[in-house]
Amino acid sequence: MNVHPGTAKPVEDPMLPLTYEVVGIKKELPDTVTLDLRAPNGMPFEFEPGQFNMLYAFGVGEIPISISGDTSDPMQLVHTIRVVGKVSQAFAKLKEGDSIGVRGPYGVGWPVNNIKGSDVVIVGGGLGLAPLRPAIYSVLANRGQFGNVVILYGARTPNDLLFEEQLHEWRGRFDLHLDVIVDRAEAGWPGRVGVVTQLIDNAVFDPEETAAFVCGPEIMMRYAVQALADRGVDTKNVYVSMERNMHCALGFCGHCQFGGTFVCRDGPVFAYDTISELFTTREA
Amino acid sequence: MVDQRDMASIIGEVGFFDGLPPDTLELLAGCAKNVRFNAGDYIYREGQAADTFYIIRHGSVAVQLHVPGRRPLVIESLTTNEVLGWSWIVAPYRWSFDAQCVTLVRALAFDATCLRTKMETDCAVGYEMLRRFVTVMSQRLRGTRIRLADMYAPTVNAAD
Ligand SMILES: Cc1cc2nc3c(=O)[nH]c(=O)nc-3n(C[C@H](O)[C@H](O)[C@H](O)COP(=O)(O)OP(=O)(O)OC[C@H]3O[C@@H](n4cnc5c(N)ncnc54)[C@H](O)[C@@H]3O)c2cc1C
Ligand code: FES
Repeated sequence: MNVHPGTAKPVEDPMLPLTYEVVGIKKELPDTVTLDLRAPNGMPFEFEPGQFNMLYAFGVGEIPISISGDTSDPMQLVHTIRVVGKVSQAFAKLKEGDSIGVRGPYGVGWPVNNIKGSDVVIVGGGLGLAPLRPAIYSVLANRGQFGNVVILYGARTPNDLLFEEQLHEWRGRFDLHLDVIVDRAEAGWPGRVGVVTQLIDNAVFDPEETAAFVCGPEIMMRYAVQALADRGVDTKNVYVSMERNMHCALGFCGHCQFGGTFVCRDGPVFAYDTISELFTTREA
Repeated sequence: MVDQRDMASIIGEVGFFDGLPPDTLELLAGCAKNVRFNAGDYIYREGQAADTFYIIRHGSVAVQLHVPGRRPLVIESLTTNEVLGWSWIVAPYRWSFDAQCVTLVRALAFDATCLRTKMETDCAVGYEMLRRFVTVMSQRLRGTRIRLADMYAPTVNAAD
């Protein structure tokens, strides 16, 4: 018999979603919502930072979405979703009390436990902060086990900053350094304008003792990895989260496959060195 | 008042001048002074003569494009240890944008005429300065090009 990985509940079919209730909705941005979900039977949902679930909008379809909540609060399953097409649109229209299907968690996440003792540089771009948030919670919950902790976040404009209240809260802490930069802004924005790689150039960390987690649009990750390497960070200590179309999320169907690697099963988080060729493969 | 020797050692601590020999630092110090601006002050305006260049020692400056009928657009912000302005090195030596202080700003200001004269009479100094400015220009151009890709834009309009 299979075991549902998130809840340790035996299920007949690993493709079969469990029904979760929407218990909270937060509109983060005009096109982005965060859903708080609860298993009707009140069972906890255990996961690792960086893992994802397949979320099913009944009658519409199923999509992979990273978990954006806190591993230390397993009673609350949290997902942050940006509307791009019909399934994500259906999630954005949900109301409290509605139900969705959830199967997971899947994949390999951020190796938070393997980088203890290092400086940690977390680089997020746009919605890429959502899959990084569980890693940030986890690092901060064990703050004494890491060296410098640096969070660098880039977004399109000041109106596109995700988790703004939390950014303020993190910025107020003495034990981490957080810097935000936007691509463009109107006069009056007190923060930085430029590319997120500029923040890497000036951040305080020891490159030889640094592990970096990078998540955002692929183009942003490519330049961020390059900027980290230029600072002297070994790219085998740089981890990136990849997005590929998915169907089964179990390593069966091959939808997410490149070469011998399945993003759903071997990722979505990879050490950059192991998938660097993916970043340089041109589609046309 | 900072004397020339102190100024040379201040300049020597700025990353942009890393590796310059002491006599070059002395030479640059002869063209430099400390300046201070308040938040909201304009350091320069588009179209004015570019007769100075700055290294920011403290604070943040917004490089702005004035767009008629709209609020000015910040195209880049610069902060501690960063170079502000290169129009002084490229004819016709006029600023292309406005530079407004976001916070109190302390900076090293270099007299452009003085520097250009020294760069022309001492080719080694000229080469070193150009080499450093080309690096900064190339980094900024790369940043601008990456931003042109509008990489955070949603793939599909949510309203579609
Ligand atoms: C491991 C993993 C984790 C993810 N985590 C999140 C998350 O936390 N939050 C979130 O909002 N999204 C996340 N995504 C992306 C999400 O799965 C897609 O946005 C979703 O599948 C789109 O489905 P749709 O039916 O709404 O749009 P579709 O109708 O499938 O697509 C509409 C348009 O969007 C484009 N598109 C589809 N998928 C993507 C994508 N991944 N990136 C950019 N454009 C895309 C399509 O090419 C098409 O033009 C993740 C994807 C993966 C693989
Ligand atoms: S989604 Fe089916 S193999 Fe990865």
